[in-house]
This record gives sequence, C-alpha cells and structure tokens, in this order.
Amino acid sequence: MSTPSLTDALAGADVVICAGPGGVGKTTTAAAVAVHAAASGQRACVVTIDPAKRLADALGLEALGNEPHPVEGPWGDGGGLWALMLDTKSTFDTLVRRYAAGPQQAGAILSNPFYRNISGALSGTQEYMAVEKLYELHDEGRFDLVVVDTPPTRQALDFLDAPRRLMRFLDNRIFRVLMMPTRAGLRAVNVATQLLLRVISRVVGGEVVGQALAFFTAFEGMEQGFRDRTDRVEALLRAETTRYVLIASPRAAATAEACYFARRLAAAGMGVAAVVENRVFPDYGPPPPGIDTPKAAALPNSRSLSALLANAAELHRVATSEARHIRALAAATPGARLVRVPFLTDEVHDLVGLSEVAAHLFPGS
Amino acid sequence: MQPRAFCSQSTVVIVAGKGGVGKTTVAATMALMAARAGRRALVVDVEGTAALPALFGRDAPLGYEPVTLEAASDGSGPVIGRTLTPDDALAEYLDDHGLRRVSKRMTATGTLELVATAIPGIKDILVLGKVKQLEQAAPSQGTDLIVVDAPAAGHAVGFLATARGLLDAIGVGPIRAQSADVLDLLTDPRRCQVLLVTLPEETPVNEVVETAFLLEDRVGVKLGPVVVNGMIPVLDLPDDVAGAAAEAGVVLDPAARGALSAAARFRRHRQELQARQVERLAGALPLPQLRLPFLWTTELGRPELGALADALAGAVTDLPDAEPPETAQPPETTQPPEPPVTGTPEPPNDAGPPA
Repeated sequence: MSTPSLTDALAGADVVICAGPGGVGKTTTAAAVAVHAAASGQRACVVTIDPAKRLADALGLEALGNEPHPVEGPWGDGGGLWALMLDTKSTFDTLVRRYAAGPQQAGAILSNPFYRNISGALSGTQEYMAVEKLYELHDEGRFDLVVVDTPPTRQALDFLDAPRRLMRFLDNRIFRVLMMPTRAGLRAVNVATQLLLRVISRVVGGEVVGQALAFFTAFEGMEQGFRDRTDRVEALLRAETTRYVLIASPRAAATAEACYFARRLAAAGMGVAAVVENRVFPDYGPPPPGIDTPKAAALPNSRSLSALLANAAELHRVATSEARHIRALAAATPGARLVRVPFLTDEVHDLVGLSEVAAHLFPGS
Repeated sequence: MQPRAFCSQSTVVIVAGKGGVGKTTVAATMALMAARAGRRALVVDVEGTAALPALFGRDAPLGYEPVTLEAASDGSGPVIGRTLTPDDALAEYLDDHGLRRVSKRMTATGTLELVATAIPGIKDILVLGKVKQLEQAAPSQGTDLIVVDAPAAGHAVGFLATARGLLDAIGVGPIRAQSADVLDLLTDPRRCQVLLVTLPEETPVNEVVETAFLLEDRVGVKLGPVVVNGMIPVLDLPDDVAGAAAEAGVVLDPAARGALSAAARFRRHRQELQARQVERLAGALPLPQLRLPFLWTTELGRPELGALADALAGAVTDLPDAEPPETAQPPETTQPPEPPVTGTPEPPNDAGPPA
C-alpha cells in the first residue's frame, strides 16, 4: 500500500476547493497545494480569505488589490505561483459593472448606501464572492490550477448555497413590493405585507427603506445577467475537474462540522476527493509491556522513568481518541483519500514551511 | 481571589475567541465553576450548536427555552442553558413591541436579511439587547451570572463594537435606544466583562492580542484575564531513557527505549513552544492569564468539564484580589458565602493541575 497522497485525488483537477471548519489550517493547506502545483511546473493561483499575518506577508499579500500577483519561488519549468486575498466588495463591484447597462446604472448602484452594506452585512456574500472570483480566474484560462480557501464563517460550509442565497435575496418579494412606485401598488399588496413594511420603517427608519428602494430600482434589468452568471458558477462547482478537499482536525467539534459538510456535498451530488487531517498527535504506541506508570511509581528512584511512561501513555491516549475522529470522518467520506499532517515543528509562515506541509500532502513527489 | 468573588465581579461575562480555541468549552467551564461556587449561572449560546449541551453530557441541542444543564445541589447553584440567536432575538423584540403576528413572517420571508443588510450589526444589537434584558431581569429570575458564548471566527470585535457603530450611524428610534443601553452595559465593568480565549500557539496568540487592543479601543469593555486553553501539563522528561530506567532498576528493550525517547522529544518540544508563546502573550498583553490544561482526549464531556472547572478554580484562586475601586458589590443573594471548592465529587483529573 502506498503512502496516502493527494496526488491521485487531484489528478486532472483545474480547481481545488478547500473547505472545512475554522481554526484547522485551511488557508495553510490551500497555499501548500498551490505551492506543490507550482513546484511541479503548473501555473497555480491560490485565493485566500483570511490568512494569518505572517503567511500573508510570505505570499506578498500586503499589497492591496483584488488581482493575482506572482510569488517568487523555486518553481518547476513553466510553473509559477500567484496569490490573491479576496476583496469581497471589489469583486462585487466588478460584477455590477459587468452586468450594468452602462456606467450610469453601475454608478447608481455602486454609490447606494444599501448596496455598500450588502458586501459587509448580507450573510453569504463573502462566500458567493469567493466562488465568483474562482469562476472569473478559471474562466480567464490563465492558470492550470486555481485553489480556493473558503471563508471562516459561522457555519464555515455555506458557500455551496451562496449563489442561490444571493439570488433569493435579490428576488425577495418584499423588495418587489418596495419597488412598486405608487400608493396604488401598496394598496394592492395584502394587509400583512403592509404591516411588515410599516414594522421595517419603524425599526430601521424611512431613510433606510428609501435607500433599499433606490437600490432595487437601480438593480432592475440586471437580474437575468446575475442569474445566468450564477448558473455558470454553479456548473463550475459541479464540474468533474473541480475537486473538494475537506480539511479538518481530529477534534470533536471540527469532526462534527466536517462530517456535516461531507453530507451536504454528497446531497448536492458532489464528492469529497480528499480529506486532510491536520495537527495530528504522533502515536508512539502503548507503554512497554511489563511496566506502567503505577508500577514504576512504586519503585525507588523512579521519578524520571515514571514521567517518561506517563508521557507515552498520555500521547497514546490522545492518539487513540483522535483515531476515532479520523475513522468517523473517513466513514463519512467514502472514496476520499485521507492524508494526515502531524503537528509541525513550527508554525508555517513562509514558503519553506508551506513546502514542508506540501511534502506531507504529496509524499514522494 | 476566591472563585465566588471572581464570579461576582460582573453579572455578564462574554467569552470570546477565534474558531477552534475552545471558546464554548471555556464558557461552559466558567458557568460550572460559578455554580460550584454557589452562583446561579445562565449560559447563553448565540449560535445554537450542539457543543455546549454535549459538555454537560446532553445530546439534545439547546433551544430558546431555558433548560437545566446541571441541577443545583448542596452548596452549588444550577447551570441553566439556552440559545439566543438573532432570529430568536428579533422575534422576541417584535413580541415585546406588540408585533407578535408579523414576527414569524419576518423571519420566514427573509425579511431579517433585508433589515440586517440595511443596518449592518442589527443582528448583533438584537442579541446583545436581549442579553441586557436578561441582565436586568437577573435578580428577579434568580440568576447571578450570565455567561455568553460569543460568535466565533473573528466576529467578536464586530459583535461587540456594533453598539458604538450604530449609535454613530442612527439618529433616533428604538435601535438607537437599544444601542445606547447595550453600550452602557458593555462599558460598565460592574455589569459586564469579556474573557478572551486563546491557545498557547503563535497565530492564536497574535490574534488574541490584536482582539484585546481592538476591544479596548473600539468598545471600552473591561477585559478579564486571558484564558489560555489546551496547556500541555509540563513534565520533566530526561533525555537519557536508558539511564532513567536503570536508576529505577528496570531494563527496557531497545524498541521501548526508542518509543519513550521519541515521545519525550515530542512532548519537550511542545512544552518549549507553548512556554515561549505564553511568555510572548504576557509580554504583549498586560492581563493575567488563566491556564487550562489539555486533557489528552478529544472528546470533552461532563467528566472533563468537571476537571476543567477544578483547574479554572485553581487558576482563579492564584489570581490576586481585585483592585479595591472596582470591587463589585455582588447583588444580595440568600446564600451564605461558600467555602472554597475542594473535594468535589468529580472523577480524578489525571491531566493534573494547569502548568
């Protein structure tokens, strides 16, 4: 049996989506996958959401801008690494400009206060813009591989629904009502809806309702463009060449979230190509036969030996407990490659560290 | 400081930290420690996940209706748990304003999304407004301490900075009034403090330092000690395994020596890393630290929670007493002061006390 590796799982992929709960090293893993591709001679781009500062520095992500920029490194022939940190608002702005009938319509939307709030406050916008950016980069054809990190949101896993959710928001019948220009229109809606509108006005103030109205008015005519785009983005999410890597850590909460995500993907007809378990404790096996901590403790001059035995027993205990979580996630992701990445000697904050992670993800290549 | 005094400094304790640092565990630990010190604790989950009840050995997720997670017993208060999601809070807000009929429609039709988009932060202010209401009602409801498990993933600053932001943004109306009330709560150290949670690792330490400064600057909330979760208890592990065995008169075969030696190397390395990080944290953040041990298991249930509450009580006891001017007058309770928590009927904590 060969050492588990992501190599087979990602063969032929042109998009890799890294998903999983927060705090398990998702960004680092995504960057390491791109580093490996670049080192293997591919043109790879990594889209990150919220990198830790030192990793961001290492990838040159200090610079503003929503476009990929090259990262110097020992890349293979013809290969290269590009990185970008997602700017949700600027991605959304680009989308609006693309589908607006002209600069006037685009300007009316972009300057609307309600629109400006959408990028920051509407749940799912960041997720949608991550896949939107992914689609744009893939569509341009500049890269052999685009690796995307998904946002550390509360559910951490909702980006699959994000395109639909945004469309639902833009289609909401409440807004249709808001857009009816005359009082006659208002009279036509039922009493319950009128009450709802009054409540909104009372809670948030008439000014805000006015801004929302202006936004939806300005947006009129663009829905079809957005809808078509959404369909294409969804098609990319389902493409055979798009692979999902589920990143977890063998802890109870992380495993529960990762299993949930695996079920969601399966329900959407998509499979998990690989599972990466990060920060796995080493297992040096059970304590040696014939001697254990209590026995040793009863011996004279055994303080050092007792400590050594206690340590081995504790590490074995946590490794055993982690193994149960790893098995549970493996059972929830039939057919997926499983790769374990141990606790690393130090935190990853440069290309050398990323290469070390890549060596665990793609051993022997 | 006695745990009871620690738990009486403010009625509300907000536990905040990035995803994966054990924020929910710390919130539950704090609530249990308070209960054991004779306080009646309410723990509020703003996300409605299964993690909190699981720590108390319960399968069913919490709901809007308060449930007893831990019954009061001789000298101990109860731990009550409930959720308080934005949808819950909005529904209740509308109920309170005589609009019960529309509240269902509002949450079902996605109208909350409209309102939340129109005014970023409104979800947070609804939740915090409800926390304030619970705080106001605490004496009559028989609650001494409200522990709030704050949203994760870097939202802590946004969550807590909302009130000030909305006060600046909104001139009049119920939301402004609500924001002002919430800001009063957050900035009064006798009513509310924040416990930040981190891990003894580089990135979590950087993030908690950043969060602490942002919270002080942007909210002005009182920060309690930083909880450093998952501390590997420190063992003195010799390099020379064969020597240690010989000292005790034990002969180990080479495989056993190799395994013990490799395990010791790993542990020593982790111990050094965490020592460096807690030292860095102490240098960067002038807050006391409460260290909770790693328990060598990845499944935390009620026995582990008990062990953590013991460890937290021990760490709190080692804190100096509070500075006199800020000493809270705890609301009068009918219970006499409890003796320090010792000899609780818990399974032994074989991870030992925090390092």
